[in-house]
Amino acid sequence: MNIVVCVKQVPDTATERKLRSDDKTLDRDAADGVVNELDEYAVEEALRLKEAHGGEVTVLSMGPAKATETIRKALAMGADKAVHLHDDALHGSDALGTSHAISQALKKIGFDLVILGSESTDARTGMLAAMLAERLGAPQLTLASKVEVEGTAIRVERITDYGYDKVEASLPAVVSVVEKINEPRYPSFKGIMSAKKKPVETLGVADADIAADQVGLANAWSEVVDFATAPPRAAGTVIKDEGDGGAKAAEFLTSKKFI
Amino acid sequence: MSEILVLVEHADGDVKKVTLELLTLARSLGTPAAVWAGPGYSEAVKARLAEYGAEKIYVAAADEIGDYVVAPKAEVLAQLVAERSPAAVFVAATGEGKEIAGRLAVKTDSGVISDAVGVGEGFVAEQSIFGGGVNVHSRVTRGTPIITVRPNSTTPVAAAAAGAEEKVEVALSDAARAARIVERVVQEKGARPELTEAAIVVSGGRGVGSGENFSIIEKLADALGAAVGASRAATDAGWYPHQFQVGQTGKTVSPQLYIAAGISGAIQHRAGMQTSKTIVVINKDAEAPLFEIADFGVVGDLFQVVPQLTEEIDKRR
Repeated sequence: MNIVVCVKQVPDTATERKLRSDDKTLDRDAADGVVNELDEYAVEEALRLKEAHGGEVTVLSMGPAKATETIRKALAMGADKAVHLHDDALHGSDALGTSHAISQALKKIGFDLVILGSESTDARTGMLAAMLAERLGAPQLTLASKVEVEGTAIRVERITDYGYDKVEASLPAVVSVVEKINEPRYPSFKGIMSAKKKPVETLGVADADIAADQVGLANAWSEVVDFATAPPRAAGTVIKDEGDGGAKAAEFLTSKKFI
Repeated sequence: MSEILVLVEHADGDVKKVTLELLTLARSLGTPAAVWAGPGYSEAVKARLAEYGAEKIYVAAADEIGDYVVAPKAEVLAQLVAERSPAAVFVAATGEGKEIAGRLAVKTDSGVISDAVGVGEGFVAEQSIFGGGVNVHSRVTRGTPIITVRPNSTTPVAAAAAGAEEKVEVALSDAARAARIVERVVQEKGARPELTEAAIVVSGGRGVGSGENFSIIEKLADALGAAVGASRAATDAGWYPHQFQVGQTGKTVSPQLYIAAGISGAIQHRAGMQTSKTIVVINKDAEAPLFEIADFGVVGDLFQVVPQLTEEIDKRR
């Protein structure tokens, strides 16, 4: 089975994240880049499926030069090879542009299964997997908490507000995962060493047949009008419980008409 | 005024509250037209949608729309966008709603804005990003604006309208039939409101200490008619089911009142609740970062404070 797992480098949530004042895009230099957390679950699931069914796991990442750190991490976890979609023309692409670029790269790589995290911690649109399924004409098996493959049949449990749906489709398919699905492994020392020797192919816009007028900030379907740091919340009242903390909290809720 | 399509979120044949919020929001910017997709449409649904301002109701009630993941609903909307040229399309920013909006954007070559907390003139959307740290205004510049709106962003206000029904026939493509739902498994239904829709959420974290102890959180939630949430520490420990996790890798909630007990408030948690209107924090650690965004905080043992609060609420009712 030919599995492609999409990973994204995102700014570390624990550091201060900013938009750039010049073009209002994410400031990728201001914060440390880390693997988008949910994508680690996607890598883990890809590796488990490969271990069970054989095949190959290819990492695909779109991003600037430093996204190679994220690619190496996924390779260190055990993926076989990687494709880095890297071109200045891709800078500032919105979800539509990103989904176009990645779907074109996927067509070039070829796949039986595409796996990605259900959302990124920076943009948090939660739309990419659905957009890829739409563009590729492949079944959308998203928000999966369980994945099973048998021959060309694939079954997932898709989380819903009321529990989950059991969903069936045929490969090739697009899967997005939630963190409930597994526990990502840590790269071993051997994995980290061997990752340095694994092949990483770099694709640009022309290499992947990406339409230049569909990507980049200037061609985005939406724009940021303005942005500002959120004003800090007005300082609240914090009391120490002297045996009447619950009653004091009830008074507060009453004053706000919640009781 | 031109039409704004509002995709109806429904469960068990009932219109969800977020749809009433979206109709209310749409009314301030154009003429709301509700779009029902899937089985279960009824006179009660029609009455509800009209009560909250739907001038028109497009009804695509074919059973098979509900038989496949997301794609059929995007096809229904895409057909309406092509036929009716609406001014905008509003969809609830739920997991499924965002996916429907994403597919619709590709189909109609239109821009899409995710997780708006408000929409103003010219369909300029307000978003709260980076865990609530930055407020952004953005707008769609190509195609029909497609905007997903976070539940609890608008207070639903009734305003009767015609609710004129129009049947919509959609011939689903083969691609829309690719991911078939073979079974719906309902868990933990109970009487509590749904987490993302609830006006009040009571969440427990590491400090709760065990699954059994979550009954303390549940009792407070029930006294307030609230939903129960949990921090990642609590769901990772298996104390509470994963679907109730509030935070960056779980649900984003924006209720009127958020009560956090035994949650220190790492950025991962704050990202999921920072736009709550009023925040109450109970934690024995006075240094817990969540106190920084609390409107009211109690430094104390949640096993003392929470039951006392529950008792006081019951007394005052």
